[in-house]
Parts: sequence; structure tokens; C-alpha cells
Amino acid sequence: MSLATETPPMTRREWLLSDRPQSRLQARLGRAYMTWRRFSANRLAVVGLLILLALVLVAAFADYIAPHSPFIGNLAGARLLPPGSEGYLLGTDDQGRDILSRLIYGSRLTLMVVALVAIIAAPVGLIVGAVAGYAGGWIDAILMRVTDIFLAFPKLVLALAFVAALGPGIENAVIAIAITSWPPYARIARAETLTVRNSDYIAAVRLMGASPMRIVFRHVMPMCLSSLIVRVTLDMAGIILTAAGLGFLGLGAQPPLPEWGAMIASGRRFILDHWWVATMPGIAILIVSLGFNLLGDGLRDALDPRESGQ
Amino acid sequence: MSAIVSVENLSVVFDDFTALENVSIDVSAGGSFGLVGESGSGKSTLLRAIAGLAPPAGGTMRIAGLELRGRDRDKAFYRAVQMVFQDPYGSLHPRQTIDRQLMEPLAIHGVRDGERRILKALDEVGLGSGFRFRYPHQLSGGQRQRVAIARALILEPSILLLDEPTSALDASVQAEVLNLLEQVRRDRKLTFVMVSHDLGVVTHMCDRLAVMQGGRVVERLTADDLATGRIDEDYTRNLMVASKGFRRHAEPIT
Amino acid sequence: MSALLTVEDLRVCYPTRTGMVEAVRGVSFALGRERLGIVGESGSGKSQTGRAIMGLTPPQAQVTAKTLSFDGIDLLSAPPKLRRSLRGKRIAMILQDPKYSLNPVMSIGRQIVETLREHEDVSGAEARERALEMLAAVQIRDPKRVFGLYPHEVSGGMGQRAMIAMMLVAGPELLIADEPTSALDVTVQLEVLSILDKLVAERGMGLIFVSHDLRLVSSFCDRVLVMYAGRIVEELAASDLANAKHPYTQGLFNCMPVIGADRHPLPVLDRKPEWAL
Repeated sequence: MSLATETPPMTRREWLLSDRPQSRLQARLGRAYMTWRRFSANRLAVVGLLILLALVLVAAFADYIAPHSPFIGNLAGARLLPPGSEGYLLGTDDQGRDILSRLIYGSRLTLMVVALVAIIAAPVGLIVGAVAGYAGGWIDAILMRVTDIFLAFPKLVLALAFVAALGPGIENAVIAIAITSWPPYARIARAETLTVRNSDYIAAVRLMGASPMRIVFRHVMPMCLSSLIVRVTLDMAGIILTAAGLGFLGLGAQPPLPEWGAMIASGRRFILDHWWVATMPGIAILIVSLGFNLLGDGLRDALDPRESGQ
Repeated sequence: MSAIVSVENLSVVFDDFTALENVSIDVSAGGSFGLVGESGSGKSTLLRAIAGLAPPAGGTMRIAGLELRGRDRDKAFYRAVQMVFQDPYGSLHPRQTIDRQLMEPLAIHGVRDGERRILKALDEVGLGSGFRFRYPHQLSGGQRQRVAIARALILEPSILLLDEPTSALDASVQAEVLNLLEQVRRDRKLTFVMVSHDLGVVTHMCDRLAVMQGGRVVERLTADDLATGRIDEDYTRNLMVASKGFRRHAEPIT
Repeated sequence: MSALLTVEDLRVCYPTRTGMVEAVRGVSFALGRERLGIVGESGSGKSQTGRAIMGLTPPQAQVTAKTLSFDGIDLLSAPPKLRRSLRGKRIAMILQDPKYSLNPVMSIGRQIVETLREHEDVSGAEARERALEMLAAVQIRDPKRVFGLYPHEVSGGMGQRAMIAMMLVAGPELLIADEPTSALDVTVQLEVLSILDKLVAERGMGLIFVSHDLRLVSSFCDRVLVMYAGRIVEELAASDLANAKHPYTQGLFNCMPVIGADRHPLPVLDRKPEWAL
């Protein structure tokens, strides 16, 4: 069998951009590639993505990156050292713990909070909203009133009440934040569903005999995903701040966990003379929030549901 | 002459608006029936009511003698009656490949050998297998409409409801799609109920017509009658004259 | 008949992700005070041609031409201010669907008045008078009532007549009509066309009628340009359509189902790649 081919084999790029995909996989990957190109055309969005990738890497390789232990500090000789001190790049806190190491390990907590809230709140909101929007009538009314009830609570206040009832701790903080985060997603999903519901392609699927469940889950929900992904990403910054706020109030992560909000709280006392103890975690929160915002903005442009082959 | 689609005194009301008022039509098996009218005449509503997409407020509808209730339709109905929609840009799911969209009716009805059927369906409408994994936005209007026709035919129905299937297409593409529909009808011995505002299209494709205006049937006649001018109603006559085209410096029609 | 509009080698390009796409590839024609029809299917570049003349192409489009002049004024090198003053006052454009081309939050009368006052220095009262006159000229039976209505409150046909009134109120010499009746019912189409017919004849205007409907254009215009893939493939007198020479024109003419003609199957265009060259 000869290895020579008549036409040169396609480059990967050509394969992805081909207008004659040979398999579902090729079609899906091609489409994803087009979305990536749209996204990466936006410099700031890529910056946001890089920030978040850095966050993930730092969290994953914390054991190898952190120069010191985040929990055990040098009480005797290294309390409240300023940034730039020998061996302590960002200084130390009042218990002699290296702030840089605490930030690095704290990134795991931040990531965990963000991921858990997204995993809990987004699907709940999506399902509630899509079902309400498609079903209409009293199902819609009941689901939306429930949504309104949760929406009426200020996030932080409800989270406070929750952790006050269940006790402080980062798990409870996550649940509390998730409970208050899902209503806007339900609203978004419902709005998209109302638009999609009357389209001809949904009518066509109904005319095939599809059950309402099948229509909602397989045909309507995919249309809601873009808006939802963008909204969730943009909400991440707020979630981090809420978790930090809870930590600040002592109701989220408990010491000695290096949660960034808790670090700000405990550093509050020294802010005039030893500003770095509270400021460094604040800067970390700022950068990560910024990353999520930039990413969310970029996704909004890239995931435009009106994909016309322009 | 057995009527395979029979509508008697059908009324459809949306909130306060009466879209159809006491409309009756009969379509014989294997025939091609046209519904003609301008916008607001209710012709599309009639089609959607038969399909179960619009709520009837009175009257009866029968398919092959079996009465249809309200908007409830069973799977047997969907295997017998299918619809082709007007807007090729709205009748295909924007996020699913053609393959997936053709597979869906087969999956819902538990039909095996989907692979073979999909390839056959694409072939029947004149699209090669290269189209199978494309997304709708990668197809032209005419190609999308062909996919819509393939999708409607894949369950092998006996009755096809066509809601202005070529209005949104260019003239040359329209001719191709109309030819395809004719061929499909001939090959599969289908019954057509076709809605159009274009008298040329409807007289070309259909044997018998009902002219509608403001939710009512104004006149029933054959395509032949229309073409030769054996028209009773003034409204129908006006439509005929208007369809013939513009005559310069002619008096405006009041 | 001196040329009102001269177009020579007009090209319109768009940058896309796969390179530059030429929507209009070297269109040339001259227009006097006559009616010219531009016919083509989607993608033929007919709408882009009309918009390029008006200066209404999107900002990323590149418009070039050897000559693009209106009454001696070079449109391509004219400063934006001059182009703006020409638009509406001397060259006007009617679009397809009044649902989308009329401002939905302004009453019809107000839109007409605004157009007029943009180009002429008239008092509010006089502008109102002329707007009402114009509404009457497009055969709207109760101009005072329609003056205060919003676009969503009137039918398609009336909205299109209002659009015509708005575009003609400042007395332009050239009118570009881009599918002016495609969104209307067939009986209403005739009404609107006859109004257009009368006004264009009365005012001695030049008209460019862009449409996909070959038969309609040939019955309304004096000359017809047939466009395909950005180029003009044939230019002929409207009355001469049955003797069209280019196979595309012939195909387009023949493929429409006509009442009374019994051709099964319909003749279909056999698109030859050399037409697109």
C-alpha cells in the first residue's frame, strides 16, 4: 500500500474549518474552534482567561510553588515582616506565616467556592427557568414566585442567616451563596425559553411527537446555555466577594484556613502600620475578580447565539 | 371520493381575535389542495390547527375518518401527517447538525437503521452526504428547505402540510424546490395541503383551491377554473388581476 | 437626456474571516431621468449597489469606483457633510419593510416633518402643511389622522406609503427603491406601485428599482440590469425581456410558475460557473 496521497493531507486547521465535516465530532470541534477564534480576537478576554488559568495552576501545584507552610508560622522570629524581606516575598502576618504561601493555598479555597456554587446554582436555575418558560400556566407562576422569593433576599443577609443557623464553615458558606445565586439564572433561562418556544424548529419537534420533557431538555436548554454561561462567569466575581465577605465576618472559612476574605479580616487590625497583611489578599481578590469579568465579557461576544455564517 | 383530510366549521380564536370562522375544506387522498389568501386570511392558522399547533374553538377536524381532539395528537398522527414550514432560517434548530435533526424523529419513534434512512433522505432531496454534519448556518436557504423536506419525509407520512414552503426563497431556488415537492408527491403518492399567497405557485402545485379572506373561505374552485377565469367572487378576481402584475399608468385598484 | 447618476466600475468589498469578499464587482451604468431596474437574487449585490450609491454601506465595507457621480458631484471624494446634505434632499431611498425602516417611537407625521426640516428652512407650521400634503399625495385618505399614528398602528401598505411620503417630501431628484413592495400583499403592492408610478412621473425623477422580481421590474421600469454574483450580466430594455440573450436572464424569466402555464417540471436554472467570473 503506497503512502503517497494525491492531495496533501489537511492541516488540522483546515480539518476544523472544513465545510464538509465527516462526523459529528468533526462538526462539533469545528464549531468550537470558530468560537475560540472569535474569543481570542479579544485581547482583554484572553488576559482574563490567562489569569484564571494561572489561578487553576497555582491551586493545583500549591504544594510545589509555596515556599513555606500556610499554617505554621515562625512566631518567634518572623512576625509582621514587610514585603521583600528575606524569604518572605509578600511579608508575613501576625503569626509569622508567609503571606505568599497563604495566598497560594487560599487559591484552592477560592476555586472550590466558585466551582461548587456554579455547579449547584447554574443547573438548578437552568432547569427551573426552562421548565417554567416552556410549561407556562400555573407551573410557570409557581416556579417564578418561588424564584422571586429567593431573589428578594439580599445575598449576604441570607447567607448570614444560613450560616448563623447551620454554623460557620466554608461548606455552609458555599451552600448559602449557591442558594441565593440561582434565581437570576432561572430568570435568564426563562427569558430565552420564552423566545425559543414559539420558533418553528420547536414546533417541528413537537410535530414529531416529542414529549415536553424531551423538548425542554434536548432542544430548548441548549439554546439557553450561552446566556447562562456568560452570566455565571460574570457572577463569579461577586461570588468571590461574598465568600470573602463571609470570611471577613468570621462566618465562612474558619481559621487557620487561608481563605482570602478571612485573611483581610484578621489583617484589619494592623492596617495602619502593617498594611500588607490585609492588602495582599485584597489584591489577589481584585485580580481574580477582574479575570472573571474579562472572561465573561469575552464569552458574551464569542458565544453570540445568532451565529450566521458571515 | 374519500376525503382524507376533512375540516368542518372550524373556528380558531386567539384571545379576542378570531383567526378562523366556520371554515370547511375537504382534501381527497392523493390530491393537492391549495389555501390561498393574503396576510391575515387565516390560511396558515388552518394548517396549524390541523397540525395541533393552534387551539380550535369549535368545529371538527378528521384525518382518514378519525376525529382530532383539540390540540392533542398521538404518535400515529405524527407518523401520518407532517409539516414543512415557511422560514428556512427558523425551521431548523440552530445548534444541531443536520444529522442530529434528521435522527430526532427516528429516535422519538424508535425506528432502527437510522443511518440508512438519513442517507436515503438526504439523497432523496438532492443533498449529498457531505451535508450530513453541517450546521444550519452553513447552508443556503434552498438547502435548508430541502433538509426541512427531508425531515418531514423521514417518518414516511402520507399527508404533508406545507406552509408557504418557497416564499422565502429566490425564484430560481423556488423552482427547484417546487419540482422536488412534485416529484416527492408523485413517488410517494402523498396528499398535499399547501398554503401560499402566490397564485402562480398554488395553481402550479394544486388541483383544487380554497380562497380565504379574513378567516373565512371566500370561494372554492379548481386550479383550472382559476386559470381560465371561471371565477365567481370579486375578491378572487381581484387577486387574479393583481397577480398578473403591474400595468403602467393603469388606474390604481380601489 | 443628461446623466443624473454615473457609475463606473463600482466595487464593494467586505473583510471576512476568510479574506476579502467582493459583493459588487465592477458595476457600471448611467441613469438619466428614467426608470432603471436592477434585478438579481440574494447575493447578487443589487442591494449593496443601491446602498453604495446612497453612502449607506456598513463602515467596514470598502467602496471604490472609477466614477460615482451624481449631477457632476463626485460622491466618493465628497466630504461626509456634503453626502449627508444630498441624502434625503436630492437622493432618497425607500426600504423594504416599513416595520423596520420607520422609527417605531415617533409618530409618522413627526418623522416626515423632521425629514423636511433637516433639509429645508421652514417653520413648524409650514412643515406640517407640507407633510399633510405629501400624505395626501400618497393617497392616504385621512392625512390628519395618520399624521398622529405610530408605525405599528398602520398596515404594511400604509406604512410603505408613509415611507414614500417621508422620502419624497424634500423633493429629491433620484429615488432608489430597494424591494419596496416585497413585504406587501399582492393587491397592496399594486396600489403602492401605482402611487410610486404617478409621483415619479409627475416629478420627473430618476428611479432605481432594486428587486428580485424580474417580471415586476420589467413592467415598472424602462431599462433592466440583471445582476449575478456581483456583476451585471445583461442590460436590456424592459419591453425586450422575452428576447433576453444571457442564459441567466432567460432562466430567471422562465423559472417562475405562471398562472395558466402548465409546465411540469418547471424549467430550472442551470448555473454555469462562468457566469460568476
